[in-house]
Amino acid sequence: MGSPVSVSPTGSPTGSPSVAPCAEPPAAEVLRQDGQREVFCGLTSIVWLHRRMPDAFFLVVGSRTCAHLVQSAAGVMIFAEPRFGTAILGERDLAGLADANDELDRLVTDLLARRPEIRTLFLVGSCPSEVIKLDLSRAAERLTTRLAGRVRVLNYSGSGIETTFTQGEDNALQALLPLMPSSDEPQLLIAGTLADAVEDRFLVLFERMGLPPVRCLPPRRSTELPPVGRGTKLLLAQPFLGGTARALQHRGAELVEAPYPFGVEGSRDWMAAAAAAFGVDPQRVAEVLDPLVERGRRALEPHRRVLEGRRLFLMPDSQMEIPLARFLHRECGMELVEVGTPYLDRRLMAGELALLPPGTRVSEGQDVELQLERVRAARPDLVVCGLGLANPLEAEGIATKWSIELVFSPIHGCDQAGDLAELFARPLRRRSLLSFA
Amino acid sequence: MELTLWTYEGPPHVGAMRIATSMEGVHYVLHAPQGDTYADLLFTMIERRDRRPPVTYTTFQARDLGGDTAELVKRSIAQAVERFQPEALLVGESCTAELIQDQPGALAAGMDLGGIPMVNLELPAYSKKENWGAAETFYQLVRGLLKASVPPPGTPKPAPGRWREEGRRPRVNLLGPSLLGFRCRDDVREVTRMLAEHGIDVAVTAPLGARPADLLRIPTADANVCLYPEVAGTVCSWLERSFGMPVVRTVPIGIAATESFLQEVHRVLDLPQPPADGAAREGERRSRLPWYSRSVDSTYLTGKRVFIFGDATHAAAAARIAAHELGFQVVGLGSYSREQAREVRAAAAELGLEALISDDYLAVEQAMADAAPELVLGTQMERHSAKRLGIPCAVISTPLHVQDVPARYAPQMGWEGANVIFDSWVHPLMMGLEEHLIGMFRHDFEFVDGHRSHLGDGAPSVAPAADPVHGGSATATATATLTAPVEAPAQAPQAGEGVAGAIRWSPDGEAELQKIPFFVRGKVRRNTETFARERGIALIDAETLYDAKAHFSR
Repeated sequence: MGSPVSVSPTGSPTGSPSVAPCAEPPAAEVLRQDGQREVFCGLTSIVWLHRRMPDAFFLVVGSRTCAHLVQSAAGVMIFAEPRFGTAILGERDLAGLADANDELDRLVTDLLARRPEIRTLFLVGSCPSEVIKLDLSRAAERLTTRLAGRVRVLNYSGSGIETTFTQGEDNALQALLPLMPSSDEPQLLIAGTLADAVEDRFLVLFERMGLPPVRCLPPRRSTELPPVGRGTKLLLAQPFLGGTARALQHRGAELVEAPYPFGVEGSRDWMAAAAAAFGVDPQRVAEVLDPLVERGRRALEPHRRVLEGRRLFLMPDSQMEIPLARFLHRECGMELVEVGTPYLDRRLMAGELALLPPGTRVSEGQDVELQLERVRAARPDLVVCGLGLANPLEAEGIATKWSIELVFSPIHGCDQAGDLAELFARPLRRRSLLSFA
Repeated sequence: MELTLWTYEGPPHVGAMRIATSMEGVHYVLHAPQGDTYADLLFTMIERRDRRPPVTYTTFQARDLGGDTAELVKRSIAQAVERFQPEALLVGESCTAELIQDQPGALAAGMDLGGIPMVNLELPAYSKKENWGAAETFYQLVRGLLKASVPPPGTPKPAPGRWREEGRRPRVNLLGPSLLGFRCRDDVREVTRMLAEHGIDVAVTAPLGARPADLLRIPTADANVCLYPEVAGTVCSWLERSFGMPVVRTVPIGIAATESFLQEVHRVLDLPQPPADGAAREGERRSRLPWYSRSVDSTYLTGKRVFIFGDATHAAAAARIAAHELGFQVVGLGSYSREQAREVRAAAAELGLEALISDDYLAVEQAMADAAPELVLGTQMERHSAKRLGIPCAVISTPLHVQDVPARYAPQMGWEGANVIFDSWVHPLMMGLEEHLIGMFRHDFEFVDGHRSHLGDGAPSVAPAADPVHGGSATATATATLTAPVEAPAQAPQAGEGVAGAIRWSPDGEAELQKIPFFVRGKVRRNTETFARERGIALIDAETLYDAKAHFSR
């Protein structure tokens, strides 16, 4: 719903998109849409963040809706007591009958008494807590003091009025940042949650190339935060960490410009850029990475055969759409119909946009009804979208890939490129298997 | 402020979505931020719906708050009406929009909607929950459409036999079935078929599959059947008060309840009662449950300890079936439905129990562990708790998971419902003869301790095969793709285990314990330790074990 913000006078409201020329050189044209969005809010990132830091607890301060959202998005109730929960605001809290701060203190005390293993508690702001202006940063300070160093209490906002889906991680990492010690020691800092196995692999490869110490944010233990300072070269593993990157640069880190480590090419260039930043001999880099590239391409090949020439439409969702489109086009031979992104961070996407074929339609924001009309008009072979849209599109005869799988799966790195391609090839392969005649 | 880890019910606007999505020709404009669109996946994934829910979200953002969010609401309403051309419009807000007080319903009332009926939904998000929201929405929608045709006060109630005078078959409405309810799709078919066999027609089924125009026909029926009180209780009471329409309140789950239901329907419609005793009884003829329950293999079901938790309707029905129609011993009964707590308390009292009314799943899990049941009948939440405790479980109630929406015909109500219940509650248990044979042959060398029935669930699950809950889907994703190590499920303490530290087992006690079939060994160990603790016995030997066995034998 709503009207597009930047519409050329000739742009029709449906079907053919109105395109505003991009201010910067990249070949892509950008269609801005401002209407109904079909995107998760930043609270959703708790689902992977809590697994990354097993000594942290994420307490959403919000409503029953927040609790239901995290539970529905997580969908996995394998934990008797998960390390996330919701402090549900009640009428008494809103009416001021109960001081919300006292209530929060009581609830946190109970929670920590029950979970003595927790070292870091994140108070996560939500839409309702932001609207009633509940000051969680003061609450976090107060609780940290009261808990006297036993548990650190931090806060950030995952509210849907300010953040989409993966932006929650950007905010969570920024909450950790003030606790990072300062050091000008040379190091490579990888920011963004990676699957542990994938991260281990990258660390081995960087070591083989002879890089100085490599550290990761978020760390596996919430209390073992890496330092940051003028010797830090920052390498982003995820494309949605604009705020974190700026804040780390403010602390002296230097951002390594690179594509994101999706696919063989992206992963290779990502690692090579880090090596170059430390002046590693390109010959050495090639020695380490060339065999990986060769093996990665072999793993891609069967999936490339399925995907090549197929037309791809990405709905805005995880903020990984642009790098994935680059991978699926350049390495898997897919044609790009539209590449949606919840928001366009031109600084972090500059390198990726430059790799998209000229004339690619990139859309920023969403007006879901109009976008679905474009999908129906274009009849792509595959649509990458959220779970709310997948079955309805399948029922219209359009194959889909759920985007949420991309944030749960180990997809980074040369060795994962085949698996990543397989995620997209599977729906197509499945369609060719099924027959009811 | 209340700490919640997993919840049984969503917010009330999700209840409203269930009504809108169950119906045809209804659209719901929801003033809500973008994250609230997650609710779509409940329908598209759990119910495998092939269409998006008919909901337009305003998806306001922080930057809109300084400006005119009311304008955004009006634009959303106008565009939704134009695009979807609904036959009735629901307008409401979720928790966050409730705080900014745009009053979308009032805004809609001031707009020209081209004569489409509009219902302003005010669902207090900070005090109410999903089922209440569904009931209130259904009531407001029916009332909104029918209030103009309410007969004036003092109008005599329609006579129960008016169908006779009008020269037609009697007819009733089936009210309450909705999406994300438990087996509603199949219950409607079963109840409709059953009524048809008695010459009774169904005028309107709602909300599931109904259009607004169908709701206008509700008063043309002779009675309303309140199939799901959680959703239809409020509207049935209003129709009774306003139109003098009698309500059939017995929910036909189980043989006895189905027979009572038919008797109630016949009474309300002034029809001769169906035969009430002997082999002529319909339940005996039409369902296999009575015979299956009497047949010899079922003797092993006698006294099986069962713990029951769910919504009020299904939990209370399950307790009566378990106790009277399967010969189980109900050792715990509860519900998360506070609105219907009275019915559950009454059902518990009949069985000499005190009902557990709680929406804290950890309290439910603790009660389950304390009751040491052999079978759990619960929601998806209890399925997970039971799995952790190593107890077989069957799901009988919402909240549900994609696997609770089966492809096959699997009602809970009526004669076929009773058959389905027999199968789905008995299958998680070891079959009678099989259990007997395992006990007989367990000393044979081929027998590997830990062998389990292909149907059974002998031991607590350790492998954390990600277990999808109501999230559906996101779920299956994680299951399929998490390759990083999954956190081991925190083991809830087994009953009694926590304090068992002071008690030791002597070698002959342990030896005797090992002779007991593995699938009851855990229970015997717990019982014996409880027995020892109560008597201050620190060392359990074979004699203590047999003393305890005698004490607990039933």
